[in-house]
Amino acid sequence: MAKDFWAKHENLYYALTNKKVIFGLTIVAFVFLLAAFGPMIAQYEYDEYAGQGYLPPSSEHFFGTTIDGKDVFTRTVNGLRSTLLVGAIAGSIATLIGCIIGFVAGYYGGTIFDELLMMLTNIFVVMPQLALLIVIAAFLEVRGTFVMAVIVASTAWPWTARAVRSQTLSLKNQEYVSLSRISSISVGRILREDIASNMFSYVFMVFIQQFNGTMLATVQLEFLGLGPTKGISLGLVMQNAVNWNGIQLGMWWWAIIPGLILTILITALYFINTGLDAAFNPRLREM
Amino acid sequence: MAKNKDVVMSVQGLTKVFKSGILNPEYTVAAKDISFDIEKGKIISLIGESGSGKTTVGKLILKLINPSEGKIIYNGKDISEIKEKEETKQYYRRVQGIFQDPFATFNPLYRVDRVFDLIFDSFDLDYEDKDQAIREALFDVNLNPDRTLGKFPHQLSGGQLQRLLIARALLMDVDVLIADELISMLDASTRIGVLNLLVESCKKHGMAVIFITHDLNLGYYISDHSLIMYKGRLVERGDTKKVYENATHPYTQMLFEAVPEIGERWDPDEEFLPEQVVQDVKEFYQENQGKGFVEIEEEHSVLFSDK
Ligand SMILES: Nc1ncnc2c1ncn2[C@@H]1O[C@H](COP(=O)(O)OP(=O)(O)O)[C@@H](O)[C@H]1O
Ligand SMILES: [Mg+2]
Repeated sequence: MAKDFWAKHENLYYALTNKKVIFGLTIVAFVFLLAAFGPMIAQYEYDEYAGQGYLPPSSEHFFGTTIDGKDVFTRTVNGLRSTLLVGAIAGSIATLIGCIIGFVAGYYGGTIFDELLMMLTNIFVVMPQLALLIVIAAFLEVRGTFVMAVIVASTAWPWTARAVRSQTLSLKNQEYVSLSRISSISVGRILREDIASNMFSYVFMVFIQQFNGTMLATVQLEFLGLGPTKGISLGLVMQNAVNWNGIQLGMWWWAIIPGLILTILITALYFINTGLDAAFNPRLREM
Repeated sequence: MAKNKDVVMSVQGLTKVFKSGILNPEYTVAAKDISFDIEKGKIISLIGESGSGKTTVGKLILKLINPSEGKIIYNGKDISEIKEKEETKQYYRRVQGIFQDPFATFNPLYRVDRVFDLIFDSFDLDYEDKDQAIREALFDVNLNPDRTLGKFPHQLSGGQLQRLLIARALLMDVDVLIADELISMLDASTRIGVLNLLVESCKKHGMAVIFITHDLNLGYYISDHSLIMYKGRLVERGDTKKVYENATHPYTQMLFEAVPEIGERWDPDEEFLPEQVVQDVKEFYQENQGKGFVEIEEEHSVLFSDK
């Protein structure tokens, strides 16, 4: 039984046994668990005076305290939760829009429809991203998680649309699609086995890359003070640290730890993606 | 035209214009006014250099693209009118192809066996034991089944993949086979074997083959009839021997002069149209204005002018 399952889902098997994927997934899982359960472990409120200022990491304050005595661990895990949520929702929206527009444009490649869709996409591509984000973010006085995600996603989807379009175009013209056609198998099976299966791994990787990008964009906005109007975020923790000259004052834990978590997460996502690339592509599989 | 021909398929005035771009559309006339008959058990070579429209003609016959003009008659019916699913399946049961690029013909995510699975899934093939039939077909094309089945496409060479596709086509025992640059990937020793296999199959099962090639020698070696294509047009057509012995169109003549030395490969991607030929052809058409396609001897016709 189990053997049958793996034979059918060979890709999944290769993905889950790839060392880079395992390594990346472990770290990502750890960061997610931190975001999910950290706030429960934390003994303080993120804005509460938790003790003395200037304290380095200890068993009392895992990540130390800020200059005004707030608990950095509490702030970081709460911020991480908010930032991850925005990044994940934004990444999903961007992937979804990008894939739909890209797939439709590619499928109708060369028609007026395709051309219109690509015109729209190109307009978004040439728009200066940060400037646009600042304008939108500043315009909206109250920004919750979802609004933040939409703002970030609005400039993130175009490159996915472009990439997915060219992927669809090239898949559509593959000779193996022609071979399936002259083998008289159903259109559904062609879409599934020849188009979608070659697309699925790609879309999956696109999503991870999007998530990567939207996380960074989110932190960037938060750092500029354009994050959610309520609550704490990863970018905001770092912004505070920089504003208070945390590093110059020797409080490395304040700015470095949140930054490190972000860096580790992004590196882990990158590992997953390169590992998946090898797993999904039989050509790159280590035999 | 000679009588007593056993025509299985008739190509009539076939034209294909590709349009690319919307705002500034560009038109490519890939094939123009192509007519010929395909006879049972005969091999026809379709010869011309890269870009002359050979693959386009093959794809039209395989219903992979639709003609801009003209008809392909099979079983008394224009194949453009075959739309219904079951009828399409019946068509592909009898008309098959082997594509130019073997690497692109295999879905990289599946083991190579899939090309056989697909035809056994779709068609009622008349074999008692599927696995045994596949193994025999592989032996026929000089492949060791144990070393090829179960492999991924990237683990095999272009020549091996091409032979797998030949085995697939032979298993189907079709009426018409389109073989596009079939043996371009095979080394010299396998080449002759595969060619002979093809000829044998034609004689034995009455299969007709359209043998698409840019290699004049191959065309001569294998075919009963030859079609010479130049810039989307059929410029000379007929019995292979007659076309080769009495080449009349300036482009055909040039082809003979340009035949590479034995052993030298002719790069199919090379743009290869000396200015001189273009000029010669133009003058030839001018001199013979109004003549059109003329049968200069029995089983041998030449395009004398464009109109
Ligand atoms: N899908 C297509 N869209 C636009 N132009 C095409 C397409 N397919 C082929 N062509 C053009 O049609 C001409 C004939 O191509 P092809 O039939 O592939 O030639 P050959 O097989 O003789 O090398 C070429 O100029 C080629 O660029
Ligand atoms: Mg070709």
